[in-house]
Amino acid sequence: MYDFTYHKPTSVADAVALLAADPDAKPISGGHTLLPALKHRLNKPSALIDLSGIAELKGIKREGDAIVIGGMTRHADVATSAEVKAAIPVLAYMATVIGDTQVRNRGTIGGSVANNDPAADYPAAVLGLGATIITSKRRIAADEFFLGMFTTALEEGELLTGVSFPIPEKAGYAKMRNPASRYVMAGALVSKGPMGVRVAINGAGPCVFRQAAMEAALSSNWSADAVAAIKQDADGLNADIHGSAEYRAHLVTVMAKRAVINAG
Amino acid sequence: MNVVAPFEGIGASLRRKEDSRFLQGHGNYVDDMDRPGQVCAWILRSPHAHALLRSVDVAVARAMPGVVGVFTGADTQAAGLGGIPCGWQIHNKDGSPMAEPPHPVLAHERVRHVGDPVALVIAETRAQARDAAEAINVDYETLEPSVTMAQALRPGATPIHEGVAGNLCYDWHIGDKAIVDAAFAAAQKVVGLDLTNNRLVPNAMEPRAAVGEFDRYSGDYTLYTTSQNPHVIRLLMSAHVLKLPESKVRVVAPDVGGGFGSKIYHYAEEALVCWGSAQVKRPVKWVADRTEAFMSDAHGRDHVSRAEFAFDAQGKILALRVATQANMGAYLSTFAPCVPTYLYATLLAGCYATPVIYAEVKAVFTNTVPVDAYRGAGRPEATYLLERLMDVSARELGIDRVELRRRNFIAVDAFPYQTPVALQYDSGDYQTTLAAGLETADWDGFETRRAEAARRGKLRGIGISTYVEACGIAPSAVVGSLGARAGLYEVGTIRVHPTGSVTVLTGAHSHGQGHETTFAQLVADKLGVPTAQVDIVHGDTAKVPFGMGTYGSRSMAVGGSAMMKAMDKIIAKGKRIAAHLMEASVEDIEFDRGTFRVAGTDKTKALVDISVAAYVPHNYPIDEIEPGLEETAFYDPKNFTYPGGCHIAEVEIDTDTGHVAMVNFTAVDDVGRVINPMIVEGQVQGGVAQGIGQALMEACLYDDQGQLVSGSMMDYAMPRAEDIAPVSVATHVTLCTHNPLGVKGCGEVGAIGSPPAVINAVVDALRDYGVRHLDMPATAPKIFAIIQGGQKLAAE
Ligand SMILES: Cc1cc2nc3c(=O)[nH]c(=O)nc-3n(C[C@H](O)[C@H](O)[C@H](O)COP(=O)(O)OP(=O)(O)OC[C@H]3O[C@@H](n4cnc5c(N)ncnc54)[C@H](O)[C@@H]3O)c2cc1C
Repeated sequence: MYDFTYHKPTSVADAVALLAADPDAKPISGGHTLLPALKHRLNKPSALIDLSGIAELKGIKREGDAIVIGGMTRHADVATSAEVKAAIPVLAYMATVIGDTQVRNRGTIGGSVANNDPAADYPAAVLGLGATIITSKRRIAADEFFLGMFTTALEEGELLTGVSFPIPEKAGYAKMRNPASRYVMAGALVSKGPMGVRVAINGAGPCVFRQAAMEAALSSNWSADAVAAIKQDADGLNADIHGSAEYRAHLVTVMAKRAVINAG
Repeated sequence: MNVVAPFEGIGASLRRKEDSRFLQGHGNYVDDMDRPGQVCAWILRSPHAHALLRSVDVAVARAMPGVVGVFTGADTQAAGLGGIPCGWQIHNKDGSPMAEPPHPVLAHERVRHVGDPVALVIAETRAQARDAAEAINVDYETLEPSVTMAQALRPGATPIHEGVAGNLCYDWHIGDKAIVDAAFAAAQKVVGLDLTNNRLVPNAMEPRAAVGEFDRYSGDYTLYTTSQNPHVIRLLMSAHVLKLPESKVRVVAPDVGGGFGSKIYHYAEEALVCWGSAQVKRPVKWVADRTEAFMSDAHGRDHVSRAEFAFDAQGKILALRVATQANMGAYLSTFAPCVPTYLYATLLAGCYATPVIYAEVKAVFTNTVPVDAYRGAGRPEATYLLERLMDVSARELGIDRVELRRRNFIAVDAFPYQTPVALQYDSGDYQTTLAAGLETADWDGFETRRAEAARRGKLRGIGISTYVEACGIAPSAVVGSLGARAGLYEVGTIRVHPTGSVTVLTGAHSHGQGHETTFAQLVADKLGVPTAQVDIVHGDTAKVPFGMGTYGSRSMAVGGSAMMKAMDKIIAKGKRIAAHLMEASVEDIEFDRGTFRVAGTDKTKALVDISVAAYVPHNYPIDEIEPGLEETAFYDPKNFTYPGGCHIAEVEIDTDTGHVAMVNFTAVDDVGRVINPMIVEGQVQGGVAQGIGQALMEACLYDDQGQLVSGSMMDYAMPRAEDIAPVSVATHVTLCTHNPLGVKGCGEVGAIGSPPAVINAVVDALRDYGVRHLDMPATAPKIFAIIQGGQKLAAE
């Protein structure tokens, strides 16, 4: 770790002001991605703006036909929320399979979604449920948010303050874990609801993406068999020591099938 | 009165005494040591696998804030520091000694693996030392690396060490090739197999750490280090590297969080913090981070082998022929040369009555981290080879795999059994452990479970491994004749205090094994002293007379035996004192668990009466016996010990993904006498977990430039609890015939017996897919490719 200054603002406005004043400052939520990067000296922010003191960033509430989760809400809170379990059980389930207990007690939805790790879980929920990202200055549709590996539509100094998930009719999630990191090798979140039929694939590619052919198939026939026949193109998928692009492409179909089964 | 209640002696599943402090977070580890005036070290490591060091410019680094010293290989050479010594010398087939190139504490002129230490930076804080290390300007001229053994052995490969032709450390063999070849020529059937034993990263929970403290007024050095054998470190470091009298060096290995072999060896950082402390005249602490652990702790395994069995018409093994290449990495670590020879090839009889065996082993230098003993060391490699070859043979001979093993077992009445590869097994009963394993695992009911799994769309497989290993290392004269540069006895001191409590000083070192409990149980059993009044002192050369440390499942067999010998001396002296106090003759004094009795009478003295008399010798045979009640014994074992047993794994494969799930694991081991069943169970389960890790998940991988691709937990797959099946552990005991406890050892059996059982189960699960063999780890994509292709993976 290199030296940095540390701020702990108590409002989003103060945090945004601190970020605006220092282009090399970085927000920190749970720190479970940022701190390892700092310890490895892969990142050298001049200051850390700790968001954990901002009460307005925490919490889960139902707003009409949506569940709105504050950016600083930890995975463990989502996993155990009665509100989430009742309205969007797939989201609560997803939160239970992120990392391990320690990770879930620190990691936050804001940090995860803003980071957009290709192997992270939450981006599949955001895209697959057609959520809206709420930031310190605007609302961004999920389809416009994830731009590429570790890249989002967030601008310099813009904070993710929450995510609004429309309540689906049904939704399911399945993933294959990377045996080492336990992040996602390939995963699928399928849903049917106010945002239509959506299939979001995480882990397999450089960025979470929608699987159009599967969406079309499920729209006309919501069944595991409908997606089982659809092959994912391996072109452009991730390949590493844990699996080739072809293997991941195959997993996409398997996980989509399982996600549909899990959706019920 | 003889009161030991509740029973705490041999055979009691006593809770571990040490756990109270560990579970409350009050263990005392090296990183917990903070010495007055301490500064911190950071080691700059090579980013290249193979390069010439054209220059190392430390001028900027020296001027950085907080820096108190920056040293390079040129400095350590100029100071006359020796290289890291190797503790074992193997001889080539032609009788010439192995190549033993220098292993400098800081790279000099050349770096040979990613992680090779290049400079030592000492500063007020760790961050400052690291900042300064980043400011060191190294001019590397990269050379072609030899990452694999095949690359290193290829004609024209760049030599890694000057003067080491063909990157070959040694070319060794055992057995009579002509006799074995003749047996093959006469065989009814020959079955061969090519296989690799995957390279592993040990990953003890606590990374290595060292604090060096030089006292400039006394000239004494103290090293606090994460070691499994502090006396050995003191010996190697003082005699070979720092060139100091041993009496000037104290080595303390306090609580250590796991070793698995990786903390046996003398590492450069230990010498560097000591020498560095003398240079900067302040204590110096170094603590590895996990990244450094991956690229500087000695790795394990990494064999490539060809093995063949010759059979007669009845499926009896006539001969075994093995050719193995063993990766040494870039330098010879302390024990490295003996692992693929005397801990591997000598185990190739396994539990079978193979009449003749020939094995040749080429040890190869590569531009990778040094490889050395890792839990099991050589014996897992031998067991994996034999037990895979056994399964392949059974299939190709058309003989049931259990039956083929039974037919070839060394019979229970054949002990002591002389193998054709030097070792003589003292005892064992392989048929019984096999029968118990089959019964516990419900082997006969497997096909029903397989059919049930098939209905769920899963491929279920069952696999067996029957093994023997050699531990309790080792008889000094034997290992000396085999190239060891040390004796492998152990030392124990029993100090009975005036009021009857006991302190044990042992040369064994506990880094997870539970010695504070099991050693205390020996004292409770023999001297009748409650374990609460027995303290075990280990890990400090200033307190313990001497010792060879803990590895090779030797602590109880050798260290425990030394304690038993020392207790015999206590009892002998106690009898003389008791005879005096009770006015009887020594020959008439009997001793049993704390009570001295005049035979045939009710006249008794408790141990405490004797200890009081010994330390307050008012009424004492002072002319004949010295006061005090403390005895030391060195115990040199007469032979290795030979645990054996049967491991059975049951797996289920998800055909959609290729993922292998462990669903059941049965271990029936003969570990000799069991001192604490709970601890044995834990040791076996831990070993099995590591074996499952090796079989299914762990792979230390380098890219073609010698970069460690699986260099962190993000890419190196360690097993978690969810990856380990319920492990059922049972023991069937045949006693070791040559040590006073009858113990064999339980620390490594789990890691030795389990990998082939798991792979045999995986291959069995895939029986309809034409798989002859697959190499570890059996990862999901590998299995999926087999399922998808239905293709034959094996050679031939
Ligand atoms: C051992 C381990 C295992 C893990 N396993 C998984 C897994 O299986 N699946 C998974 O999905 N994740 C996993 N994670 C990641 C973890 O769950 C967190 O989601 C992740 O670390 C990001 O959340 P955080 O709160 O820790 O973010 P931080 O580390 O605090 O921040 C991450 C990045 O986002 C930025 N940032 C943070 N908050 C905001 C904000 N509100 N607005 C804008 N930018 C912001 C930071 O500046 C930083 O660049 C794992 C992490 C660890 C350490």
